[in-house]
Amino acid sequence: MSRPSAVGLTTGNAPLPDFPQLRTCPYQPPPGYRDLRLTEGPVVRARLYDGRPTWVVLGHAVARELLIDPRLSSDWGRPDFPSPSPRRKAIQKSTMLIGMDPPEHSAYRRRVIPSFSVRRTRELGESIHRRAGELVDALLEQGPPAEILRGLALPLSSHTICAILGVPYEDHAYFEEQSAMLVSSQVSEEDATGALMNLRDYLTSLVDRKEKESEPGEGLLDTLVHKDLADGSLSRDEVIGLGIILLMAGHETTASMITLSTFTLLQNPSQLEAFRNDPDGAGPAVEELLRYLSIGDVAMRIAAEDMTIGDAHIKAGDSVMLSAAEINRDPEAFEDPDVLDLGRGARHHLAFGYGVHQCVGQNLARAQMQSALTLLFSRIPGLRLAVPAEEVEIKPAQSGVQGIYELPVAW
Amino acid sequence: MRIVADSGRCIGAGQCVLTAPDLFDQDEDGLVVLLTGSVATEADAELARSAEHLCPAAALRVTSGTDDAEGQPGA
Repeated sequence: MSRPSAVGLTTGNAPLPDFPQLRTCPYQPPPGYRDLRLTEGPVVRARLYDGRPTWVVLGHAVARELLIDPRLSSDWGRPDFPSPSPRRKAIQKSTMLIGMDPPEHSAYRRRVIPSFSVRRTRELGESIHRRAGELVDALLEQGPPAEILRGLALPLSSHTICAILGVPYEDHAYFEEQSAMLVSSQVSEEDATGALMNLRDYLTSLVDRKEKESEPGEGLLDTLVHKDLADGSLSRDEVIGLGIILLMAGHETTASMITLSTFTLLQNPSQLEAFRNDPDGAGPAVEELLRYLSIGDVAMRIAAEDMTIGDAHIKAGDSVMLSAAEINRDPEAFEDPDVLDLGRGARHHLAFGYGVHQCVGQNLARAQMQSALTLLFSRIPGLRLAVPAEEVEIKPAQSGVQGIYELPVAW
Repeated sequence: MRIVADSGRCIGAGQCVLTAPDLFDQDEDGLVVLLTGSVATEADAELARSAEHLCPAAALRVTSGTDDAEGQPGA
């Protein structure tokens, strides 16, 4: 384990600050990160839950530089790969895509990207929009009060990832529950491991079923089974592993963004009014919400070699964590970064990451957010919070995905 | 002004297509395809530079020169 470095003199002999830290407002980065960036600069020292020191990257330019540097590894298979929480360690046993370096990573990613291209997203756009419309209609029919995460955001993102992968939508309740166990910081490492095994079992039987079909369906899993598994270029474990990571990454993140975006817009009435009055503004609005909310807050890396970035002398084996939330509020990269400005038009945020691991589903996420938010606020013009804003509970700092547990609304 | 795209580095994020759909497309494998190799107007050059900046895999290069060697990303 590496020793704390001398960088960040103000920490001197004082205990290192914790990483990650809790948000005190659902849509603002933890205030402690701002203090650190202002007093110590864009790369600081902190301590993980297990006492291990880590570098934390808080500046935009240095984050871009580091995320494309091949000396920083994403290989979760390294025995000393750092984790922000015990539960994340359990997920890190499933290492497909996210937990790999090139060239291994590139070979797997190539097999899945045709399903996530801009063209494929546009093809699916109509079905996403229609499903979002049905869900909003169902909310209206049921009448207030309603809850946005379970009533709109989660079923929409599940519907979408099911369509992409070729997973029967009637199974969505089961894998939503298991995925929630995996990404909730309130479950133990043991329960998270159990949920991962359950998902593996589910996908194993799905792959078995697909193998027996004479006519492959249109989903990515169908292609992987009937092409890559059939010709021996992927093993069953690899197909199942890809399915797990995409299923997991594909619905919790987008659902969280839709729910938190709804809350944030309700808290910013002038921006909400501008959003409602500009039918062509959904694209830039979603981009700004992605920057402002940055729910995939923690990226983890390990230094494979010694490297110097600015004043930071990172040694091989050092943990390096990046806070997308604080990086996306860097005034060097965004003017008045703490202002939510839906017309900003800035797309160089790192909400989807940067480098070879940048989110493969980013265009699907954009399409879902645009449809959900546009339809929700146009069809329910009187939408409002059903509880005081202070009572909206924030997910803990060590959640894989930041956000809120539920958003009760009325109209 | 020339654009060079390295499909070997491309990771299919689609940022270039979203930025400049008249200059970039994705093929059936989801990888970058150049719709034109050279940019005539300043507006297109601006879009091309923006796509170069947004590309997460450093797979694009916009050059002012005509020297082929200069245009090879990652060379």
